[in-house]
Amino acid sequence: MKLLVPVKRVVDYNVKVRVKSDQSGVELTGVKMAMNPFDEIAIEEAVRLKERGIATEIVAISIGVAACQETLRTALAMGADRGILVETDAAPEPLAVAKMLRAIADREQPRLIILGKQAIDDDMNATGQMLAALLGWPQGTFASKVTIEGDTATVTREVDGGLETVALSLPAIVTADLRLNEPRYASLPNIMKARKKPIETMKPADLGVDPAPRLTTLKVVEPAKRVAGKKVGSVAELVEKLRGEAKVI
Amino acid sequence: MSVLVLIDHEHGLLKQPSRSAVAAATKLGDVHALVVGQSVGPAAEAAARLPGVSKVLKADAAGYEHALAEPLAALLVALAPGYTHLLSASTATGKNVMPRVAALLDVQPISDIAGVEDADTFVRPIYAGNAMATVRSSDKIKVITVRAASFDPVAAEGGSATIEDAADAGNTGSSRFVSAELSKSERPELTAARVVISGGRGMQNGENFHLLDPIADRLGAAVGASRAAVDAGYVPNDYQVGQTGKIVAPELYMAIGISGAIQHLAGMKDSKVIVAINKDEDAPIFQVADYGLVADLFTALPDLKAELERA
Repeated sequence: MKLLVPVKRVVDYNVKVRVKSDQSGVELTGVKMAMNPFDEIAIEEAVRLKERGIATEIVAISIGVAACQETLRTALAMGADRGILVETDAAPEPLAVAKMLRAIADREQPRLIILGKQAIDDDMNATGQMLAALLGWPQGTFASKVTIEGDTATVTREVDGGLETVALSLPAIVTADLRLNEPRYASLPNIMKARKKPIETMKPADLGVDPAPRLTTLKVVEPAKRVAGKKVGSVAELVEKLRGEAKVI
Repeated sequence: MSVLVLIDHEHGLLKQPSRSAVAAATKLGDVHALVVGQSVGPAAEAAARLPGVSKVLKADAAGYEHALAEPLAALLVALAPGYTHLLSASTATGKNVMPRVAALLDVQPISDIAGVEDADTFVRPIYAGNAMATVRSSDKIKVITVRAASFDPVAAEGGSATIEDAADAGNTGSSRFVSAELSKSERPELTAARVVISGGRGMQNGENFHLLDPIADRLGAAVGASRAAVDAGYVPNDYQVGQTGKIVAPELYMAIGISGAIQHLAGMKDSKVIVAINKDEDAPIFQVADYGLVADLFTALPDLKAELERA
């Protein structure tokens, strides 16, 4: 079966972002970018399904600026077979992304689409669910285990109280949580090989999607800063402060 | 203007984050509460007693028992025409279903709001809470999840709403509940606890997490964990506090053997009072802690237990 895995280019998770002084957003100039960590997990899961003989082809998709090529190359080096880049001026919102992915899914006819559960830049946690809705497919979000048997995907989900398992009729959407797997590092030979794998480039208009946002960002500010408090010398002093000063116990 | 809030409930009791979602909704209009599931009479009655709720819609059917996203989204979409806003708390259920609803309505959802400016304008954290964005929606209906830690919950009692049955919107049948493996605990829920005590990689193994138990019992605290401790398998996933785990803002948060990675701070830095115990005096957690103790947790925890018992 064919798998699609969308991957997003985001600020590297180790970078502490800074808000721009004009409050228009966060500073992205000169900042290290990387594949969204949850999307790495999604790619890894797809590659494992291929290694187990369940998946036959993995198509990685990235939507955003031209530099998303690099993100696709990373996906290809991890084991995806080919890439599709939908080039836009800025990163579109999840709704527009989901519409573009639907158009690609209509063309590619995959049996399974695996996405990261959320991107660590806008923290929306929405694209997978929205794509499932637009395709009319069932969804297994926040997955920590995925088993494919015949026409059914059995997905164990991380929920508030623990774990929940659902069975989905394929085709279906899965969104990856942290514990689904530990993504591999691409080996140098695989990075070299990835350079030769095909990437098709298109525009939102080719997919019939208007990427105009529905949300206008009015301002972006730093959150209220916490100031470091005091160091206490002993457990006894700590308990005394919590009782007498903070009055929380 | 009427606003519909999807209520999370279990065993006839309402989840506290839903009371925070109702608090956010009261800033937007007349609040209706939607209680969905099987045999949800007691939960619907509890929702009717929430101050600020004028009407409860009850959707009681076998197909709704496990709050699967597909039938739940279909129900919300069927109810949507009467409302300006659809809200839910940012619980596992809310995060699962609300974006699906939004896509079916051709709306961009507004996830995890921390503030309401006006009917169209909301504040939400981005980049693990390292920036707060104010966004205005141009959609005719707003689909929103609410960061519970940012809104004081409405009281559990005081209202007297009417209860109406909502029509069953049916089940598409493309997904099926198989099983649930839920953690059993006598302790308060992480997102509702007044005190939270969390362990990190410094706990070294799952067995050592029991060192937190007597302190948690004494303080009526919930026990949480950093992502590192969950990834290492010390404790189950539902303990995780952080950007992609649970967001908490208790009166007192105690971080034990937690270094303070950005993604962990994102889940707890709105706590009123933060205590950190870590043997590394340069650990970033001390930069947000009101009270820091540089100590080996294996001596500090027994001392803390003894000190609390001395009261």
